[in-house]
Amino acid sequence: MGSTERSEQPVITKGIDKFFLNFYDILKFVLRFFKEMFTPPYEGREFVRQCYYIGNKSLLLITLTGFITGLVFTKQSRPSLAEFGATSWLPSLISIAVIRALAPLVTALICAGKVGSSIGAELASMKVTEQIDAMEVSAINPFKYLVVTRVMACMLCVPLLMAYTGLVAMTGSYLDIHLNEQTSLAIFVQNAFEKISFLDFFSSFIKTLFYGFTIGIVSCYQGYHATQGTQGVGKAANVSVVISMFLIFIEEIIIVQVINMLR
Amino acid sequence: MKPFTPEIHWDETVISIRDLYKSFGQNHVLRGVNLDLHRGENIVVLGRSGTGKSVLIKIISALLYPDSGTVNVLGLEVETLKHDELRDLRLKIGFCFQNGALYDSMTVGENLAFPLRRNMPHMSKRERDERIATVLEAVGLSQTINQMPAELSGGQRKRIGIGRTLILRPEIMLYDEPTAGLDPITCTDINNLINEVQKRFKTSSIIITHDLACAKATGDKIAVMKEGRFIKEGSFEEVFSDNDELIREFYDYNFIQ
Ligand SMILES: Nc1ncnc2c1ncn2[C@@H]1O[C@H](COP(=O)(O)OP(=O)(O)O)[C@@H](O)[C@H]1O
Ligand SMILES: [Mg+2]
Repeated sequence: MGSTERSEQPVITKGIDKFFLNFYDILKFVLRFFKEMFTPPYEGREFVRQCYYIGNKSLLLITLTGFITGLVFTKQSRPSLAEFGATSWLPSLISIAVIRALAPLVTALICAGKVGSSIGAELASMKVTEQIDAMEVSAINPFKYLVVTRVMACMLCVPLLMAYTGLVAMTGSYLDIHLNEQTSLAIFVQNAFEKISFLDFFSSFIKTLFYGFTIGIVSCYQGYHATQGTQGVGKAANVSVVISMFLIFIEEIIIVQVINMLR
Repeated sequence: MKPFTPEIHWDETVISIRDLYKSFGQNHVLRGVNLDLHRGENIVVLGRSGTGKSVLIKIISALLYPDSGTVNVLGLEVETLKHDELRDLRLKIGFCFQNGALYDSMTVGENLAFPLRRNMPHMSKRERDERIATVLEAVGLSQTINQMPAELSGGQRKRIGIGRTLILRPEIMLYDEPTAGLDPITCTDINNLINEVQKRFKTSSIIITHDLACAKATGDKIAVMKEGRFIKEGSFEEVFSDNDELIREFYDYNFIQ
């Protein structure tokens, strides 16, 4: 287990291999999460603190990215619609794209990068410096205190942040449309919501709930099972992001198929 | 040299280990460990790194489970305990980790309050603050109460780590390499602290180390571990007086270190 040992496989793909080899462990981890989530005592304070951290960490980046996404997407779409003289369709086109696809995905990817890596690194460093063992021996349930709170915070915050991203992206889009087509806010809003149904909101909400769960579970699992001293901390952060993103794309494909069957 | 400890109750065993085996895959770490810790006694487990000392105390506190053999702590078989029984037992065992294992997102005061808040939720704030003050005074670091662990030196961190385990008033203390990585003067401080804890809080302790000075200063009994079992037990003089090849080897190793 020497630190001088060099593996031939790059760290990231090796991490992915290991992740799937440990499938049974992960399943146990997930089941334990659901079991402990519903058994008291509940760690309310730590849960609120985690929600605050998640929001705090990702809000600025999400605002910026959401706004630019809305603005740029509008600018890029305009020429194609202008060819058919259909620029008045812009608001409904943008709102469909943002609410069905862009907002959930942008939010999830940013959270995977910002939140996933920081949870992975935090828990891994607690693991390798024996802080998790220290909780265990002083009769504190570290799984409940560290894992359950973080996963639940992700499950609450990613959907909320998605709603926020959607709002910011639509604002960016409105600014561009207002400046170019002189559309008023009332008309923009009316057009934007014309083609949007309850199912669209609902499916985006469900999607982000899954994304939040994925980010939380993957990064907590990676952190909680970190090894190899300080080296393991960076690895846990790194692998958390890669695997979260990978799973998010897979879930996106599956959920979109299911929703389209319902439509 | 450690003075004679009159408070040891030789008729009462608090930890009793029989034929303990533990392997990790092909790595056979513990191979038949037997040990008795009496009430009030400090036993030093001496051995090179990698011989399984930490694994031994992790098994005692049920962080790891043995492959075979029995571990009896305060009259209870650790392996057979239910969740709640294990929880109660753990409150009576204080585990001091090698580098303190302080929660680095909390101040020193919060580190000490955390186990109390969790395990004694009905304790009043005043009582809790009093306990924290007592413990901080005992480890000689009252002034650090509002500092973060990152601002402390290695020796201070270990002291706070010891304080955090004392706060639950354990009957048994397990020290994992309390002096590793410290300068000689700080080592002496820690050794004195360990002896003081033994007297003041009436604890029985297992002290794991590869540091002969620490063993000499803190151990009522020394047990030398090699290749997963104890090869020699007794007082410091008994263990180191004879010219046993294995013991000499350890002595030399310690001086080279
Ligand atoms: N959780 C674990 N999983 C696998 N191997 C372990 C584990 N803990 C310890 N070991 C191995 O057991 C041996 C003894 O470790 P340890 O008890 O930490 O030694 P030390 O005597 O220095 O405290 C080492 O070879 C270590 O690699
Ligand atoms: Mg060790």
